[in-house]
Amino acid sequence: MRTTRSRVMTVTAGMASLALFVAACGSNDGGDSSSAAGEGGGESSDEAVTLTVATFNEFGYEDLVTEYMELNPNITVELRKAATSNEARDNLNTRLAAGSGLADVEAIEVDWLPELTQYEGVFVDLSDPELEGRWLDWKEAQATTEDGQLVGYGTDIGPEAVCYRSDLFEAAGLPTDRDEVAELLGSTWDDYFAVGEEFIASSDVAWFDSAGAIYQGMINQVDNAYEETDGTPIPLAENTVARGVYDDVMAASVGQGLSANLAQWSEDWTNAFQTDGFATMLCPAWMLGVIEGNAAGVEGWDIADTFPGGGGNWGGSFLTVPTQGENLEESQKLAAWLTAPEQQIKAFVAKGTFPSQVEALDDPELLELTREFFNDAPAGQIMATRAEAVEVVPFKGPNYFAIQQLVSDAINRVDVDGTDDADDSWAKAENAFDELGLS
Amino acid sequence: MSTTAAPREVSSPPPVPKVPAGGRTIRQRLNAFDMKVSPYLFISPFFILFLLVGLFPLAYTAYVSVHEWGLISGRQEYVGFDNYLNVLGQTNFAKATRNTFSIFLISSIPQVIAAIAIAAVLDQNIRARTFWRMGVLLPYVVAPVAVALIFSRLFADQSGMVNELLGLVGIDPIRWHAEVLPSHFAIATMVNFRWTGYNTLIFLAAMQAIPRDVYEAAIIDGAGRLRTFFSVTVPMLRPTLIFVIITATIGGLQIFDEPRMYDQLGQGGSDRQWLTLTMYLYELGWGPQKSFGQASAVAWILFLIIVVIGLVNFMITRRVATTGGKS
Repeated sequence: MRTTRSRVMTVTAGMASLALFVAACGSNDGGDSSSAAGEGGGESSDEAVTLTVATFNEFGYEDLVTEYMELNPNITVELRKAATSNEARDNLNTRLAAGSGLADVEAIEVDWLPELTQYEGVFVDLSDPELEGRWLDWKEAQATTEDGQLVGYGTDIGPEAVCYRSDLFEAAGLPTDRDEVAELLGSTWDDYFAVGEEFIASSDVAWFDSAGAIYQGMINQVDNAYEETDGTPIPLAENTVARGVYDDVMAASVGQGLSANLAQWSEDWTNAFQTDGFATMLCPAWMLGVIEGNAAGVEGWDIADTFPGGGGNWGGSFLTVPTQGENLEESQKLAAWLTAPEQQIKAFVAKGTFPSQVEALDDPELLELTREFFNDAPAGQIMATRAEAVEVVPFKGPNYFAIQQLVSDAINRVDVDGTDDADDSWAKAENAFDELGLS
Repeated sequence: MSTTAAPREVSSPPPVPKVPAGGRTIRQRLNAFDMKVSPYLFISPFFILFLLVGLFPLAYTAYVSVHEWGLISGRQEYVGFDNYLNVLGQTNFAKATRNTFSIFLISSIPQVIAAIAIAAVLDQNIRARTFWRMGVLLPYVVAPVAVALIFSRLFADQSGMVNELLGLVGIDPIRWHAEVLPSHFAIATMVNFRWTGYNTLIFLAAMQAIPRDVYEAAIIDGAGRLRTFFSVTVPMLRPTLIFVIITATIGGLQIFDEPRMYDQLGQGGSDRQWLTLTMYLYELGWGPQKSFGQASAVAWILFLIIVVIGLVNFMITRRVATTGGKS
C-alpha cells in the first residue's frame, strides 16, 4: 500500500504541475499581446507605419481599411474584431490595466465609455476645430468630458422607432398602415400602453417583448437617471425619477399584462420571433438587422415612424485613440477619416450601422434605403427623422452601467423570473446599490 | 509518471571517491560540486515553474487583497482586512457560496458514482470494448463553452427541448432559469456530461491494474458479481478514488464556464440564482466595481475553502476506503 500511495502522490504532483503549466499558458495569451504598434514614431509621412484598429460586432470597416491603405501607401492598417461589445470591453479593461497591448484605434460603446473616461490621460484628446459640427450635437456631447476634451469620434447611433407586426395588428382589428400606426401609437408612453391594452383585449399575443427593453427606452429619455451631472450617484432609495419609471413599466407589463415576459437576447426571446410572441418592440436602427435575422420567414414586420415620449437613442459607438499607442497622430488621422460622413455611409450600406454624422443624414443613398423585410419600409428616411427627434442627452457617468444593471435585474426578477413582486424586487436593488459602496 | 520517477533514481548519488588527504584538485572539486548541486538543478525546473506560476501569484494575490486596488487605477492605500470583511458581508457572496456548494454536490456525487459504475461495466468482457471506452471520453473533447451554449438552449424556460420532453410525459414545464435548484441541476448536468467520461477512464485504468487473481480468489470463495465489486474493486480503487474526488472538488468549486454561459448576460441570473464564487470574483474585478482588492479577497477565501474541503475529503475517503479494504 505504501508504494501505491506514494505513486498516487507522484501522479497528483504531476497533474498539479501540468495544471499550473496549462494555467500559465492560458494566462499568457490574455496578458502579453502582440502589440502591433508601428515601428517608427516619426512625424514624417513617408515612414512605414502599421496601425491597428479594434472593433466589435460589425462596423463595416473591411473595405474602408483597404481603401485607406491605397490612399496612404506608407500605412498598413490591421483590423482586429471582437465578437461582442462585452468582449471588447473586457479586453480593453484588461489591457488598459496591463498598460500595453491596446490597438492604436479602439472602438468603444457609449454605455461603457464614461467608466473609462473617468481615468485621466488614458485617451488622446481628439478635438479638432476642422471637425466641429461633423456629428449630431448629442452624439458629440456623449464623448466630451467635463473639461471639454473630445475623447472619441462618433461612428454610429441607435435612433429608436417602433417596430410592429401588421398581420397581428390586423387580426386584432387595429390599423396596419405604417403612418396610421404611427398616429395610433400617439406620442406618450401612456398612449403606447393604452393601445397595448386595446390590442391584448382582442388577441392572445403580448404587446411588447420585454419590460427591460421598455425601461431602457424610457430611462434613455431622462436627463439624470442615476447620477447628478457632476457624476455623484443618486442613492437608489432616494431616486424618485428612476423609481417612477420603474413603477410605470411594472404597471404596464405585470399589472396590465402587456409584456411577453422575455429577457432580451435570451433563447426564449430569440425563439419568440418565430412563434408570434409579441406584436411590437422598440427598435433602434441596429435592431432592424436583429429582427430580420431572428424572424426570418415571418411576414408582417413593419416600422412606424414614431417613438413614445419623444425621440430616443439606444447605443452607438466611438473611435478612440489610447495614449498607449506609438503613432498617435497617424491614429487620429485614421480615426477622423473612418468617421467622416462619406466613409460612414459606406459602412452603413455594408453593414447597416446608422451614421451619426449630420451630413450623412441628408445623403440620398441613406434616405432612399428601404428594407424589403419590413414591407419595403423606408428605413433610412424613418431613422433619419428619428435621429433628429432625439432631444434628451441622458447623463451617463462612470457609475451608470453599474446602477442600470441593478435596476434591470430588478425588472427581470419581476417580469421574467417572477420570483419577486415589484416592491420586493426594488428593495433588493436598493440593497445591492448599498453594497456597491459608491457613496 | 516515469519522467517524475527518473530523477529520483539518478539523484541518489553514487559513493564519492575517497579524497587524498593532501587536498583536492580542481577537477575533484568540480566533481564534488557536481554531485551536490546537479540533482537540485535537475529537479529545479519544476520548482522554478511552481514558484513563478504557483506560489508567486498566490502571494501577490494576498498582497493585492489587503489593498484598495482598481483594475485600471492600480494600487491605492493599504486597507488591511477591509476587503475580506466587505466581501463576507455582501448578500451576493452568501448566494455565491450557497450556489457553488449546491452545484458542486449535485454534480460531483452522482458523477463519481456513475463513473465507477460505467467503468465497472467497461471493465467486463464486452463487445467493441475500445469503441465504448473511447465513446465515454467523447464529451470531454467538446469545449465547456460549447457544452454550455448547447445546454442553455436545451434548458430554455419556455422554448427548451427538455421542457417539451417533460411535457410529453405530463410534467409541467420547469423554470430552469428562474428557480434556484433547477438552474443548479441544469448546470450540474453540463458538468456531468463533460466530466463523467473522463473520470470513468481513470477508474477503468485503475480497475485494470487490480490483479485478476484477487477476483478469482473471491469467486472461488463464492462471492457474486456485486459482492466482488463492493469488496474487491471499490476498496482497491482507493488511491484513484482520492485523486478523482480531490480533482473533482477543485474543479467543482472553481466552476465558471458553464454557469457564466448559462444565460445571455453571464452574471448568474437576475436574482443571482446561479452565481458561483469564481463568477463573483470576476464580477468584482472586471464588473462595474473594478475592485481587484475585493476580487483577490474572494480568491483567497475560495482557496482556503478548497484547501479545507480537500483535506476533509481526503480524510473521509481514506477512512472509508481503509475500513472497506482491511475488513
